Amino acid sequence: MSEPRMKDVSSPVPALVIRRLWKSYGQNDVLKGVSLQVEPQEVVTIIGPSGSGKSTLLQCINFMEPFDDGEVIVNGKHIGYLPNTGSTRVRMPEKQLNLLRRDIGIVFQQYNLFPHLTVLGNVIEAPIHVRGLSREEAIARGRQQLDKVGLLVKQNAYPSELSGGQQQRVAIARALAMSPQLMLFDEVTSALDPELVGEVLATMRTLAQEGMTMIVVTHEMAFARDVSDRVIFMDDGNIVESGRPDVFFSNPTHDRSKAFLRRLNGRHEPSISSALTTSA
Amino acid sequence: MDFQFDIFLASLPSLLRGAATTASLAIVSIVIGAAIGLIGGICRVSRRAVLRYPVILYVTVMRGVPLLVTLMFLYYGLPSAGILLEPVTVAIIALAAVNGAYVTEIVRGGIQSIDPGQMRAARSLGMSYSLAMQRIILPQASRRVLPPITNESLTLLKNTALVSTITLSDLLRSGLEVMTWKANTFSPFAGVALIYLLMTLPLVWLNSFLEKRYRLR
Repeated sequence: MSEPRMKDVSSPVPALVIRRLWKSYGQNDVLKGVSLQVEPQEVVTIIGPSGSGKSTLLQCINFMEPFDDGEVIVNGKHIGYLPNTGSTRVRMPEKQLNLLRRDIGIVFQQYNLFPHLTVLGNVIEAPIHVRGLSREEAIARGRQQLDKVGLLVKQNAYPSELSGGQQQRVAIARALAMSPQLMLFDEVTSALDPELVGEVLATMRTLAQEGMTMIVVTHEMAFARDVSDRVIFMDDGNIVESGRPDVFFSNPTHDRSKAFLRRLNGRHEPSISSALTTSA
Repeated sequence: MDFQFDIFLASLPSLLRGAATTASLAIVSIVIGAAIGLIGGICRVSRRAVLRYPVILYVTVMRGVPLLVTLMFLYYGLPSAGILLEPVTVAIIALAAVNGAYVTEIVRGGIQSIDPGQMRAARSLGMSYSLAMQRIILPQASRRVLPPITNESLTLLKNTALVSTITLSDLLRSGLEVMTWKANTFSPFAGVALIYLLMTLPLVWLNSFLEKRYRLR
């Protein structure tokens, strides 16, 4: 099954390798053998109709959704199941899983900030209690991250006092404060009022320019086109098409991608045609 | 009506002694019950069946059997099995067990009322289940469970009156004693009712204070 792999010193370990990932809820197959490789510093956007398995794929990467078959390897380390255990798969101990999750940042559609903690409290919670940083160091790093997302002034506010866009930027800062090697974004602008989408996308754009490895599930076609190195189109639990954004948007090869883009164009919402003409 | 102010006054020292018993019984049972409820509630939401099912059984039994029956059973029934307990011990066991069962359900409800996204976010940051419980879920749940727990404590305080049936000289029984002693019914019971009311008032205030305080967020 395994092809002979050559040791290549010049190419680094891929940030993420997904092989033949299967996931089903009962009778319903959500992921049907998805394979994907992401290189360090690469920004990959995943688009596709709802129910296509995009978010599930993302949740499988940090094993918040256990998958049924296949493997996920983050920075060279298997996640979820112990590698090389023969025909029977052994779920890895929770402790090991927790250690791996520290290095994978995720931002959710619904922000999921901790409402009982201040903005700074949200950002330093995991660095102190998971990474074991001293409070002083965590605060110093946390402030740095809040400054990066432009919310240092709100460090003592509670999440409920912030706008949706601000909450989402705090959620990004919270994830970054763990110094992750890979950042996952799960439709992070979908719950936001249209006028608040821009500030969050701008934050993500900066992050991409700084060389963060990012996997972004999104409906923001302009972001996909302008920021990502690669666009992946998913439909019905499969990766249908994958390629450079300019090529994908101007010249999709697969029928289903074409149909998807046509449907987007038909809508009067910020459509792909306007997205393609208004470059950021 | 046979209210006589002098009898009312004369009965007060005796009633207050009974009230002290009632209050200490209530406080001890509330504290033990809260501890049981916290642990029970956490076990109740656990994925492990060995933790969950015994708690379900416990809650079902304690909620289904009348407190009076539990008291009678422990006090009159157990001696026939060779277990002889002091009335105070029986009272505390029964009251704390009942209170613990109700608080367990309150804590379970409180934990389950927290958006699952909170646990997901905490676990995604690398927190263990127990750390996430401790740092993220329980602090939020505690705000929601404190008002109903106060309410439950108020019920418990009033239910302590049932221990008068197992020879404990609580507030109610003191009233009954004064009644026989002074051959007057209205005056001592007016005192009994008044003292119960006065004892519950702080809990009523605490309850409305907590509800107001945690209404926002």
